Amino acid sequence: MPRTVKIFEYLQHLDRRIIFLMLAIVVIIPMIKTFEMPVTVTPEVKKAYDEIEKLPEGTPIFMALDYDPGTAAEMAPLAEAVIKHAYSKNLKIVSSCLTAVGVSMIESTMKTMSSDFGKVYGKDYVFLGYKPYPAIVIMNMGESFRDPFPNDYYHNNLDDIPLMKGIKNFDNLGLVCVITSTSGIDMWLVYGQGKYRFPMISGLSAVMATDYYPFLYSGQLKGLIAGLKGASEYEKLIGKPAWATKGMVVQSFAHVLIVFFILICNICYFVTGKKERRL
Amino acid sequence: METVISTIIAAFLTLCIFSFLYKDNPFYRMAEHIVVGVSAGYFTVLLFKTTVKDNLWDPLYLNHQWAYLLPGILGIIMWTRFIHKISWLSRYAIAFYLGGAGLSVPLFLRTHVVRQVHASMNPIGLDIETGEFSAKALITTLIIFLGVICGLTYFFFSKPHAGIIGGMAKVGIMVLMAGFGATFGFTVMSRISLLIGRLQFLIYDALVPFYRYLAG
Amino acid sequence: MKQIFHLTLPLLITFLLSLFFAFQFFVPHESIRDTYTYLLQCTMIIGCFAMLLGIYSLVRVHFIRIKRRAQNYKYSYMTITALTLTIIVGLFGSIEKGPALEGHMYYFIYNTVLIPIQATMFSLLAFFIASAAYRAFRARSLVATVLLLTAVFVMIGRVPIGGQIHEFLPAFAHWLLNVPNLAAKRAIMIGIGLGASATALKVALGIERSHFGG
Repeated sequence: MPRTVKIFEYLQHLDRRIIFLMLAIVVIIPMIKTFEMPVTVTPEVKKAYDEIEKLPEGTPIFMALDYDPGTAAEMAPLAEAVIKHAYSKNLKIVSSCLTAVGVSMIESTMKTMSSDFGKVYGKDYVFLGYKPYPAIVIMNMGESFRDPFPNDYYHNNLDDIPLMKGIKNFDNLGLVCVITSTSGIDMWLVYGQGKYRFPMISGLSAVMATDYYPFLYSGQLKGLIAGLKGASEYEKLIGKPAWATKGMVVQSFAHVLIVFFILICNICYFVTGKKERRL
Repeated sequence: METVISTIIAAFLTLCIFSFLYKDNPFYRMAEHIVVGVSAGYFTVLLFKTTVKDNLWDPLYLNHQWAYLLPGILGIIMWTRFIHKISWLSRYAIAFYLGGAGLSVPLFLRTHVVRQVHASMNPIGLDIETGEFSAKALITTLIIFLGVICGLTYFFFSKPHAGIIGGMAKVGIMVLMAGFGATFGFTVMSRISLLIGRLQFLIYDALVPFYRYLAG
Repeated sequence: MKQIFHLTLPLLITFLLSLFFAFQFFVPHESIRDTYTYLLQCTMIIGCFAMLLGIYSLVRVHFIRIKRRAQNYKYSYMTITALTLTIIVGLFGSIEKGPALEGHMYYFIYNTVLIPIQATMFSLLAFFIASAAYRAFRARSLVATVLLLTAVFVMIGRVPIGGQIHEFLPAFAHWLLNVPNLAAKRAIMIGIGLGASATALKVALGIERSHFGG
């Protein structure tokens, strides 16, 4: 057997722990030795940005931050970029988290971001908290927020909160922004936007983002921000590069490595495959 | 001090999970079982303190809204599922719960079918963004229109995939594969992002402060 | 008689409620809206009890494992202990964010245990996807080649390095997402919409009964 074919055979059955190690090295090195790469903004993210940008100062918006710790690495920079944009325009935020495992994390995010911008709870932002079964909660909120949420997360009656005084349901809000990594986006599209026809933008995990391009082009979604790349584009638009932008350099090298793996895999397949056919 | 303890424990648990990449080991199993318990406990408390208290207990006992007795009773009936002799009672709770299926029909048809079909029926050659006809828009809208029809033909099994139907199904599978390829590319992007986030925590939140503490 | 109470009545309840919800969609009158919101609240509360059933089921499984001294049963002690501890600190303390020693142990446990473990478990997928890309992503046929090439162009075109290599790459990735991907996903969405509506109709009309069990 020729030596080169032996090498390709060995490569084809390489221990996966070596692959893991290579990926870890390629991800860690750009983190330690940082440098910059320009991020280009895509039209989908620009549309989402424009929807918030065009809202007058003081307009209340709804932010559904429906992600959990498992996907927070991707979704948190996205959520933070949108919250920064909303606060820099002095928009009021009514938020909720319909993913059970993410509630405390979202509460922490809202508290931290709001305190960084000097926002006051009850006046500039409200955190409604969690209720089970997103479809039912969304339909209920479409009629009145007080039906599923008689109190907010801190057990304050919604009628006692100054920000909620003029807000009954989605009709009193300028925009609904859904940032999620779960199938909750389907619930929002079907039972929320589909029934109550409010303007909606969405930030999604990259895994699911490709499935929602049809909704962008049918007008059901006014903007779409996909994954960490989308978050880095949004950071560029608001002029505040942060974790997502730093992560893009690392992402680039990791992707090149994955493409290299695919290339090696196929070369091995064709070389060893040809040897098998000859025999 | 609390932050230091929290970071040390979090970093240890992170490394326990990462150790699975070498091979299955007791540290990984320990972390896995702990997180199952913590998740279940977290979820239980959240349900009690948000939903059961705000939406059932307070309306019943504070506001005397006795109409909420019905869902409370039905909810408890749901638990008869584990008592074999009277488990049929839980069907009433399930029946009530599934009544919402009636709303799914018009809503799914509207969002997933009617709106999507409507969006596919734009004039061929018209650029939606600019409102003008162009050669580029002609190719784009034609590919989308034919792609949707061929993709739907691939899933149509009432007729054998032969002749024209077969040809359309073959084009359909190519279009679908392009879609799945895009999804795979994005999936890779998403998973790598999650790894980046975790390693950012280990390096910047755990390792760097530890190094600074050692270096004085 | 038994058949009426065990099956017919529950099916009738599902059918009547489905009819009401569908009717409400087309006739959103004030009086119907009040009944609609009340029924939604009831559904949420019933669902809450159903979720607690799941927790009970988990506890039961682990107790049985301990009782029978099943393989790795000692780990079940950890699960039960973690669950009990979290419930106690949550019920008797505050669920809001705050200092652990001032009654916010619930948040401390969440932040220290749940977040790192869950986040790391998901991040393991990056390694497995790299391994899968190395071992299994082969151009065996024309269809597989189309899938492979699309994935490669999207992976390289959507990150900054793609633009650095050549400006064609991000533009092509953008076209792939907005044209063939859009067509494919739209076809799938239409299929999903028709399938979901058909399944909901089957449940409403009592043709589908597997959810009742037994």
